[in-house]
Amino acid sequence: MEAAAGGQREGGKWQKPRISRKSLVKCCLVKWIISSTAPQGPDSSDSDLELATVRHQPEGLEELQAQTKFTRKELQSLYRGFKNECPSGLVDEETFKIIYSQFFPQGDATTYAHFLFNAFDMDRNGSIRFEDFVIGLSVLLRGSVNEKLRWAFNLYDINKDGYITKEEMLAIMKSIYDMMGRYTSPCVKEDAPLEHVEKFFQKMDRNKDGVVTFDEFIETCQRDENIMSSMQLFENVI
Amino acid sequence: MAAGVAAWLPFARAAAIGWMPVAKCPMPIAPRDDKRQDELIILNVSGRRFQTWRTTLDRYPDTLLGSSEKEFFYNEETKEYFFDRDPDAFRSVLNFYRTGKLHYPRYECISAYDEELAFFGIIPEIIGDCCYEEYKDRKRENAERLMDDLEENKDCKLPDMSFRETMWRAFENPHTSTMALVFYYVTGFFIAVSVITNVVETVPCGATPTQKDMPCGERYMVAFFCMDTACVMVFTVEYLMRLFAAPSRYRFMRSVMSIIDVVAILPYYIGLVMTDNEDVSGAFVTLRVFRVFRIFKFSRHSQGLRILGYTLKSCASELGFLLFSLTMAIIIFATVMFYAEKGSSSSKFTSIPASFWYTIVTMTTLGYGDMVPKTIAGKIFGSICSLSGVLVIALPVPVIVSNFSRIYHQNQRADKRRAQKKSRMTRIRIAKKGSSNAYLQSKHNGLMNELLDLTGSEGDQLHLNKTCSLLESQHHHLLHCLEKTTAHEFVDEQIYEQNCLESALQSYPSRTPSISSQEGLTGTCCSRRTRKSLPLPNSSMPALHTLSHTQGLQELSTIHMHCPDPQTRVVSRSSLNMQANEVGRIHAKERQTTAAVISFQTNPSVTAEGDGHRSSNVRPSIQTTASSNIVKVSAL
Repeated sequence: MEAAAGGQREGGKWQKPRISRKSLVKCCLVKWIISSTAPQGPDSSDSDLELATVRHQPEGLEELQAQTKFTRKELQSLYRGFKNECPSGLVDEETFKIIYSQFFPQGDATTYAHFLFNAFDMDRNGSIRFEDFVIGLSVLLRGSVNEKLRWAFNLYDINKDGYITKEEMLAIMKSIYDMMGRYTSPCVKEDAPLEHVEKFFQKMDRNKDGVVTFDEFIETCQRDENIMSSMQLFENVI
Repeated sequence: MAAGVAAWLPFARAAAIGWMPVAKCPMPIAPRDDKRQDELIILNVSGRRFQTWRTTLDRYPDTLLGSSEKEFFYNEETKEYFFDRDPDAFRSVLNFYRTGKLHYPRYECISAYDEELAFFGIIPEIIGDCCYEEYKDRKRENAERLMDDLEENKDCKLPDMSFRETMWRAFENPHTSTMALVFYYVTGFFIAVSVITNVVETVPCGATPTQKDMPCGERYMVAFFCMDTACVMVFTVEYLMRLFAAPSRYRFMRSVMSIIDVVAILPYYIGLVMTDNEDVSGAFVTLRVFRVFRIFKFSRHSQGLRILGYTLKSCASELGFLLFSLTMAIIIFATVMFYAEKGSSSSKFTSIPASFWYTIVTMTTLGYGDMVPKTIAGKIFGSICSLSGVLVIALPVPVIVSNFSRIYHQNQRADKRRAQKKSRMTRIRIAKKGSSNAYLQSKHNGLMNELLDLTGSEGDQLHLNKTCSLLESQHHHLLHCLEKTTAHEFVDEQIYEQNCLESALQSYPSRTPSISSQEGLTGTCCSRRTRKSLPLPNSSMPALHTLSHTQGLQELSTIHMHCPDPQTRVVSRSSLNMQANEVGRIHAKERQTTAAVISFQTNPSVTAEGDGHRSSNVRPSIQTTASSNIVKVSAL
């Protein structure tokens, strides 16, 4: 379809504008009408569809056995539970928050779940696969004390730069206190997380430079009886 | 906690390692996991074999399959559990264990399904949201059917109904007795007679030679008056009888039907009272109009009329909208017509309100012809008006009519959903509370068990042991770790309120200085003061009940059965508000003290010692460390 409506040929006689389909489509009024009646563009429902169709299959049992310290049976049981809750094989952050919040009915566990999610999602792609899940668990349940401490350090270090600053610690602490909820005894005061962070920094920050490095962290924890014994607490969870 | 996430509990527990380096208090010991191997269980339901993991069934320990009750059905030879039930219904039961959601299959009969659920110990309230509405609908229909059946049987007169109740039943359900039926028809007849008289008395009767044509009412005044009187008397008697029989007279007087009754008979009495005063006779005439309301009394006799009234009421918003849009159109066209016809002489369109009449008559396609436009512009607009009238009125009317039925049903469903939403939220809240209550309760149980171990009484131990699944104990251990990390405790809402109240009171000087001086003693993470004048906290009694104050005193006396004679008890008046541990301490000799908040219903004897012994005051539900301190003291 050639002639555009209202188009004037260069240097030619003025041609009567012909209304063709192409020209009509170009008319802004028509465009507006069509766009307002057309179905809306990609919105959240579409993206939900996208996520649902993505599926992930984990590596084979042998590879996972090699990478983690779990036995075959343990891996099987873990996968069954994982797949039951997340049939697509991937956990995104929202689902993770929902699952984790179910364990803490009295408080709000979403912020802490967010930090936890980042700690597990090692390749930072927004979803946890079964491999991430099982490798993380292997460290937590079967790793050496140093490995566990490293994991905890990684959790506290929100931006993963190797240093824990006061702000990061405060965020973590607040999220832990959030999980307690409102009805506690004694009542959680406004500055309770801050106080807790101060105590922590006093203990951990050896050279008083305002940040806690991994070595300071390890050193202090190794000296503390309580911490070392509590690390062994969950050995027999699986 | 839903079964689906039970699989993630190990993960949540492992992640708790993240709290360890920042924990304030040392962590509690983890519950031991004895059963290491997971095994397959075979469930044979009427020949169809279902297999599942044992841990799947163990998720719900208070159902048949999750508890030891299933051992009754164990078949030794075939090594399977045999149930002689419907295998189709069993599918949903088993899926409940697997997914944590109970679904209601639509093809299933509601009573059969309920029976299956009852057999397997599952409460229907946990049906998932996807199927809950359907389930409730079917259940309600079934209940209505049962009620109908019941009522039919109940229609024979109960011997001990009072005369008043009999009368009320007779009024409400005319088919219950012959007298009621007779009454029903008589009143109906009189309503009809009254309405017909009202109508006929305005008809002009034949003219007599002496007088001009006059309505029958004036001609046969006496006859009509007598009929009117008779009808009104019947109505009055009926109203008074209903008023007498009504179970709630105030509510009856406020009901629509009774207002209609009153409005129907009042004009007559007012007319009797008023004399032939010329001034008020105008008002009196208007009153007679109200006599037409007697026709509404028929709605008691006609179910359909009542439904119509209700439908109109529920579609009021739609009708209102129709009226509104009509009004808009009328005003627009009336204005236009007025200004169009303004020029022409002897125009009937004298003002805009005067044009309203023209617009309405034209838009409803009546076209009386008493007002017609004369100018050309007026005719053009007039024709546009009548064309649009067809569109505005004729078209929506069928739509509105179909809307009636659709909206009627929709309203009902929306109301149902709203009502169910409230109950759904309540269910969710209760489930959440239940889980946190379960934790608080198990904490207390754990505590009591420890105390009882130390004081050596066995009798109460059994009665406190609840079946707590391994999963639950692990979950509780997780929550306990969180408490230790932050050095705060989970408590019930009521106790929290009290604590806040107390901390507000703390700013005032205490009455008994001896108490306040003892505070720093326990030195554990969380310590609390005595309550002085506030009512007894009932925090430690979840074993008996959900935490509630008012019942505290009563129930405690049942646990208190071990307490021996009052004389040996060292109790002071101010220790009336003391916490349980202190009582435990004071009664050191009595090995059978229960660590409950005890109400002092026996005579308190004041001793000086009481004050000395009192230390500060931790509630038993608080921490194991605190209580262990206290218990040690009691061994002294």
